[in-house]
Amino acid sequence: MAYMKRSPWIIHYDGSSCNGCDIEVLACLTPLYDVERFGIINTGNPKHADIFVVTGSVNEQNREVIRNIYEQMPQPKVVAALGICACSGGVFRECYNVMGGMDKVIPVDVYVPGCPVRPEQIIDGVVKALGVLEEKRARMKAGAPAEVPA
Amino acid sequence: MTRQIVIPFGPQHPVLPEPLHLDLVMEDERVVEALPSIGYVHRGLEKLVEKRDYKDFVFIAERICGICSFIHGMTYCQAVEGVMDLPVPPRALYLRTVWSELSRLHSHLLWLGLLADSMGFESLFMQSWRLREHILDDLESTTGNRVIQGACKVGGVRHDVSNEKLGSIVAGLDELRPKLDDLVNVFVRDDSVKHRLGGLGVLTEQQAWELGAVGPVLRASGVSNDIRQIGYAAYDELEFTPVVETGGDCYARTMVRAKELFTSIDLIRQAVEKIPEGPVEMKVTGNPWGEFYARSEQPRGEVVHYVKANGTKNLVRFRVRTPTFTNLPPLLAAMKGLQLADVPVVVLSIDPCIGCAER
Amino acid sequence: MRREAQPIEAIEVPDLLARVGERKAAGDRLIAISCAVVEGVNEITYSFEDRDHAFTNLRITVPPGATIPSTTPVYWGAFVYENEIHDLYGLTVTGINVDYGGHFYMTKVPFPFAAPTPAAAPAKEEKE
Repeated sequence: MAYMKRSPWIIHYDGSSCNGCDIEVLACLTPLYDVERFGIINTGNPKHADIFVVTGSVNEQNREVIRNIYEQMPQPKVVAALGICACSGGVFRECYNVMGGMDKVIPVDVYVPGCPVRPEQIIDGVVKALGVLEEKRARMKAGAPAEVPA
Repeated sequence: MTRQIVIPFGPQHPVLPEPLHLDLVMEDERVVEALPSIGYVHRGLEKLVEKRDYKDFVFIAERICGICSFIHGMTYCQAVEGVMDLPVPPRALYLRTVWSELSRLHSHLLWLGLLADSMGFESLFMQSWRLREHILDDLESTTGNRVIQGACKVGGVRHDVSNEKLGSIVAGLDELRPKLDDLVNVFVRDDSVKHRLGGLGVLTEQQAWELGAVGPVLRASGVSNDIRQIGYAAYDELEFTPVVETGGDCYARTMVRAKELFTSIDLIRQAVEKIPEGPVEMKVTGNPWGEFYARSEQPRGEVVHYVKANGTKNLVRFRVRTPTFTNLPPLLAAMKGLQLADVPVVVLSIDPCIGCAER
Repeated sequence: MRREAQPIEAIEVPDLLARVGERKAAGDRLIAISCAVVEGVNEITYSFEDRDHAFTNLRITVPPGATIPSTTPVYWGAFVYENEIHDLYGLTVTGINVDYGGHFYMTKVPFPFAAPTPAAAPAKEEKE
């Protein structure tokens, strides 16, 4: 079945986001933008997911949760950081409880800045993530590890 | 005797877009006690006032929460304007009122959708969010942004909206009304909705008031309390009656929010009819000195912004008490005796906004 | 636009529970307990509202690291505010009904809002 294009499943976690990006992630799934028509499904189970969509920044308490979700996902997997907080900490980067962007705890493949990100940008980001997913799959098929060490 | 077990709920849970963790102490299927542990989204943004100019801080205040964003920005401005005793131009106050009510419409439609999702009523979720896009289009065409509008500033609003545009918003809402009627009808009459919500998570009037419930949670328990009645922005010149239900259960809380959609449309119409001509901002010079509590009605209930200033450009203290934070104790009371399968619905019934609650 | 009156009455710590109890007996709702550090001391303000939206405040002033009594015997829901005050300001609140023991907020910095205590102040000077 390798000749068929794949529909990625997504898992979403809200780091310490203000919700702005999260509701836009949900808006992508609902009738106006409707990415579900491409078979992209928001799953609650990390082991079902191909793309990890994270919003918000890393703080003391959610660091382990984010790592946990990431590590439970099977290879190949792609991380898309949505919104400027997930990319770098954004307006909150100077807060005492914010460590910075998602790349402080997990490897990020796609950065989608914006405050908040618009649904169009999110869809673009996910399409980009699909490309990265295919590359990683190809690497694994060739017997190489999916992740290229930085 | 039945053995007690503790079931962790969250922080990553399919029903909540946001991280909230609850320890549920269970006896078989019954919740004996629920204890929240929070802090997964705590940023500590109140402390940022020490690093940002009090005028620039509006942008941070708006980002306390992306859903209730406009009203957070506005309430912060009201707090600073209260300290400085600024006479804000009336047209700005009316525009703030229109945007506040548009925010309430989008937030309530969002919540109705999430509630439907938590009941497993997927098509109703999709329909609520489809109608919500109409409101987001109105927000985007008047402020330039869908979710975090950036429209408010200390001393007024950032841009005017023409009377023609305001008229077309009202006309658009009139067209939307029959669709909202259809949607609300499902929540009011559908048997499966009634079955999932009726008699669930009951708070008596006394419990709701004494435990500090606010907003739709308080009004669903029979207390007529709506902070818009204190007359901030242009609300003192508009007519409205708070929506009150007496059931105190999840169904009553749903009814309050569903009916408030129409109150909001009516308030927007009144505001557009009465809006005066004139400037929409004033020049603000100098630094604030003093303290002020500003209260306003978020979609989720009363929000309090407290500002203390000492005559420098950085505030001494900014504090925000959000509706979800004070609705937590009533939620814990409402959860006792629930079946595990009903926990997501009851948690959602207070319209939890964790981003707000933890700041 | 109306700006509401917001009287703030300063009271003594030993009177706190009795005064908060009076408000409960009068049928007021506890809106919030807020804390602020002003010139090295903690101002703790208890805000109330009656059924007609009349907004009033009681305020106590305590030094850094002080111990204050819990108001949860009066208002059950006050534990959220009191745990917050403990975790962010480093004040001790005695007799909370639901005491998180410092695990309400897990912050990277302990007591991020706390006023500098006399013990901590010399360390800062050494750094400079």
